[in-house]
Amino acid sequence: MIRYTEKIRERARELLGQGKVDVFIGYKKGTVPLMNQPVMIKRAEDVDQLLWDSNCCLNLANYLTKRTEKIGIVANGCNSRNIVIHILENQIKRDQLYILGIPCEGTIDHRAVLRAADNQELLGYSEDGKEFTIRGAGFEKTLKKEEFLRTNCKTCQHRNPVIYDELLGDPVPENTEVDPFSDVKGLETQPPEKKWSFFQNLISKCIRCYACRNACPLCYCPTCFVDESKPQWVGKSIDPIDTMTFHILRAYHCAGRCTDCGACERVCPVAIPMRQFTKKLNKDAKELFDWEAGLTLETRPLFDFYKTSDYNEFIY
Amino acid sequence: MGTSKVLKKDEWLKVIEDLRKGYKVFVPTKEGDFHFFREYKDGIRPDLNFSNTRLSPKGLIYPQSERMFECPLSKDQEGAFILKESPKDFGPQLVVGIRPCDAYGFLIVKRNFDNPQYRDPWWVRRYESTTFVGLGCNEPCPTCFCNAAAGGPFGEEGLDLLMWDLGDEYLIKPITEKGSNLLAKVEGKEAQDGEIKEAESLKKESQKKMDFSFDITPLKNKAQLELFNEPYWEDVAFSCINCGTCTYLCPTCWCFDIQDEVYKNHCDRIRNWDSCMFPLFTLHGSGHNPREKKFQRVRQRFMHKLKYYVDKYGNGIQCSGCGRCVRYCPVNIDIRNVIGLMCG
Repeated sequence: MIRYTEKIRERARELLGQGKVDVFIGYKKGTVPLMNQPVMIKRAEDVDQLLWDSNCCLNLANYLTKRTEKIGIVANGCNSRNIVIHILENQIKRDQLYILGIPCEGTIDHRAVLRAADNQELLGYSEDGKEFTIRGAGFEKTLKKEEFLRTNCKTCQHRNPVIYDELLGDPVPENTEVDPFSDVKGLETQPPEKKWSFFQNLISKCIRCYACRNACPLCYCPTCFVDESKPQWVGKSIDPIDTMTFHILRAYHCAGRCTDCGACERVCPVAIPMRQFTKKLNKDAKELFDWEAGLTLETRPLFDFYKTSDYNEFIY
Repeated sequence: MGTSKVLKKDEWLKVIEDLRKGYKVFVPTKEGDFHFFREYKDGIRPDLNFSNTRLSPKGLIYPQSERMFECPLSKDQEGAFILKESPKDFGPQLVVGIRPCDAYGFLIVKRNFDNPQYRDPWWVRRYESTTFVGLGCNEPCPTCFCNAAAGGPFGEEGLDLLMWDLGDEYLIKPITEKGSNLLAKVEGKEAQDGEIKEAESLKKESQKKMDFSFDITPLKNKAQLELFNEPYWEDVAFSCINCGTCTYLCPTCWCFDIQDEVYKNHCDRIRNWDSCMFPLFTLHGSGHNPREKKFQRVRQRFMHKLKYYVDKYGNGIQCSGCGRCVRYCPVNIDIRNVIGLMCG
């Protein structure tokens, strides 16, 4: 994946230099191993900050909301799907964007990597094809990338960008064999009280920092329902009822829109497996409406239109 | 302040276990991949083999949500609409294994919550009823900078006792009278010269591993408006998603928000942690918010920690260098870089 870095720099330099874009949004190397930082480059001479590796985990569509410039941006499969959603939901215009598409080979789960290092802090990270190497005080380990993919990358079926102006490499094969919903199927068979305790357990460590909501490109409401104060809908304390209200409502706001990019899960400071809140909804969208979010600009989003063939068994 | 003692690790842990009779004891314990301070009840396994807890121990003195007052809301009830203080627990607490950065963090907060002008009754009472048993850091994290921001990996300020991990044993040094009195009751051999030397060398070795340093002079000398109007804030803030990770994990962020919550015929007045990252922070009743934009909120966080606090208290920065915000910021905004920019 690191092979894309030079191409991104080269094209960003040209796009900025030729004035085809005003700014370029990508990732730069972070100060902490496994943590890259979203960055906006304004001058062609600064493009060497840009990079692509297996730690590009934040969803850059999040940084497009209501921007007015001409923007160059890198996008792998899930990021491109969120760009589609942003365009369909009028958060950005297609002709404002110049998209460098990245056929994606998956990103790595930083928590799993740290676990492999006994949760010691890392001093260095480098990658080479299918392997990556981590270095810490007194140790160095080379690990296989496929064993450390993020859980959403393991089951991803849209690794190639769905929208782009240029593709920076040959498309990668899509992984259609894997069942993305095997975990949800397990939960679906549980009695209601088991399901409830599953979700209670998920939120037990939540500190209401809203990193999950804020990392999500879908959460662009000018005022989130949890921040409404006239009237106030949700309490601010860490009472489990309020915390659960936030999480369940947030998930429902993502129904038919979530691309399973995993940004929510990636950013949680207390490692809540956030995707468990949205996966059942994604499964229902797929099974009941044959819908996967953000695949095309040609069709209005799931909750934007009605087809007579839509699932309607819940209407009595 | 008395002599240091040396105890075998399991002996010392037994002492801690027994102290539950007189204190509410808090220990680091591993849940999943990382550690939290939890009350040492049956079933909790103290684990002192850790780098630091994910959340700072701030909440042990200053809970994330605390019921301040309450009152009934139906007219026929006695005391209707009159807020009365809610019962609170100020019994003796013992925090074992707190890192020196976090103990120092409480001193930073104390300047705000316990000063001649203002005294937060609950923070002060809980702080005063707590005994802090620190654990020095033999292996400081690469993201820590307590040597530059606070007293270093074996800093003693804010602690009552300080523990050194000597391998099979702990050397326990009394720092305050409170700590000394506690240690006096513990059976254990007095630390010998060899052990004291070993402890000193661990401290020196640890300090050597920390490479971040800065000179506070520019932060003192530059005018507030000069720093406030610097052009770099938009760039610093670009990647920020305005979540509360940095402020909620921080041992020194103290801002709070007071809310009235009504359930049936009962009202609770609750104090919750707030965060300058949030859109409701400093939102005025008029609808105006002086920090409406993301970059203004990010600037506020750093200006508060690195300039307003410096000017107001004349006692360093509002940061103890624990490194949590560096490690866990989901978009890698690194306060060490911001210090560099502001000092540059």
